[in-house]
Amino acid sequence: MHRSKLLLAAALCAGLATSSAQAESDAPLRLATDVPYQPFEYALPDGTLAGFDIELGNAVCAYLERECEWVVQGWDGLIPGLQARKYDAIMSAMTISEVRRRQVLFSDTYFQMPSVWVAHQGSDIDITDPESLEGKVVGVQTATLQDNYVTDLHGDTVEVRRYASWADVVTDMRTQRLDLAFMEYPTAQSFVNIDEASSDFQRLGDLVREPARYFSQGVGVAFRKRDRELAEDFNEAFTALKEDGTYAAIADKYFDSPAP
Amino acid sequence: MEALTSQLEALLADNSIFTLQTLGYYGEGLVTTVQLVFLSLVIGLVMAIPLAIGRGSRHRWINLPIFLYCYVFRGTPLLVQLYLIYYGVVFIEGIQDTWLWAILEKPFVPALIAFTLNTAAYTTEIFRGAIKATPRGEIEAARAYGMSHRLMLRRIVLPSAFRRALPAYGNEVIFMLHASAIASVVTIMDLTGAARFVYARFYAPFDAFLFVAAIYLCLTFTVLFLFRYLERRLLAHLKPAGG
Repeated sequence: MHRSKLLLAAALCAGLATSSAQAESDAPLRLATDVPYQPFEYALPDGTLAGFDIELGNAVCAYLERECEWVVQGWDGLIPGLQARKYDAIMSAMTISEVRRRQVLFSDTYFQMPSVWVAHQGSDIDITDPESLEGKVVGVQTATLQDNYVTDLHGDTVEVRRYASWADVVTDMRTQRLDLAFMEYPTAQSFVNIDEASSDFQRLGDLVREPARYFSQGVGVAFRKRDRELAEDFNEAFTALKEDGTYAAIADKYFDSPAP
Repeated sequence: MEALTSQLEALLADNSIFTLQTLGYYGEGLVTTVQLVFLSLVIGLVMAIPLAIGRGSRHRWINLPIFLYCYVFRGTPLLVQLYLIYYGVVFIEGIQDTWLWAILEKPFVPALIAFTLNTAAYTTEIFRGAIKATPRGEIEAARAYGMSHRLMLRRIVLPSAFRRALPAYGNEVIFMLHASAIASVVTIMDLTGAARFVYARFYAPFDAFLFVAAIYLCLTFTVLFLFRYLERRLLAHLKPAGG
């Protein structure tokens, strides 16, 4: 492969362990995960692993044409195990944070909690039609990505009310002060039982995951700091899988329907 | 105006935080804060004068309710009062169907009510103290002239009490200005709300809050200056001796 030749050449130039670099790219890639954390990763009754991370990881390996092995490791041992070379990457719904960034190298975000538009049951607002949004009052939590999203994309048609907490947003939804709220999907599930028949509220439109500039902080794959090439391979794979629809298919399977 | 805008734009060209847009937020915040504080102070002042007179009444049924009102509003945090008035009243059954809902739906009026009731309570106490401190001699002189209670209040007691209350009231105005910073918790985009918004946008707490602090300082300075002027000019003949 072109890429591995390039790698080889780079290693030769540096006069460093050429053989080990070659051996590493032939050996199966070991990915660590902590189960169960539905719907990201969990074990099926027969012992095989399933979940969003597992399927996406396998798709990445298929794209990179490398063999993959999954290693199950408890959460608090995940990063130490990576550094002890027990495996090569962590794919376990790990949120990218500055503290972790000091210890490991993260890929680009491959998953972000989707957001959802919440409206009153029976609301006639069409979220895709800017005219029906005109003058509506939308509640968000201040300083969240949802705040930025609504302010930037709908700020000139709707009135944005910024609250200190989600509980306040939900209170003012119930009191009819708000026509709409824009929040993280899991928050909407736990606060207003969205998508359940008994809920006083309904979801409008699809779950929102785009554009990337709002939904960038999220979950990433962790690597050892020196494995920059591997991280870049993963990033390239994520981009390709998003383009060819594989990513969307996997995400829909695990997140749009209730978690198994 | 357009020339000014483009000039300002050029001035802000290499500044990622203070763009025309964010300055616009601060500008709107300034207007909201000034409106909110000014209206609550004016209404509070108008309420406080009769309340302060009533507070000094000998009749228990006038005096006691006013005392209780002042006690409750001075004895609880303004933030709690604001929460109760904004979030609390909405849980009164059926309030959404009454005419009250039209004014309670938006955050401005509930905040105005909370601020007004709060400042009226403090101002009542300030005026009551000033009325109580009227020199006995002035009252005796008024009585000797045969003034009725009402006339004495209007001509002698209130004017000198206002003069004595002025410095303390100036303080109350400044406190109210600063207390209004909590309006953003009920989604009002006042000065502090704008600063919080800019802070969250650019993760730049220092820039966002120092800028807003400077605006508050300017406002406070204006209030101080105004009261200094009033103290010197207004009712100058009633100026406390040596003051």
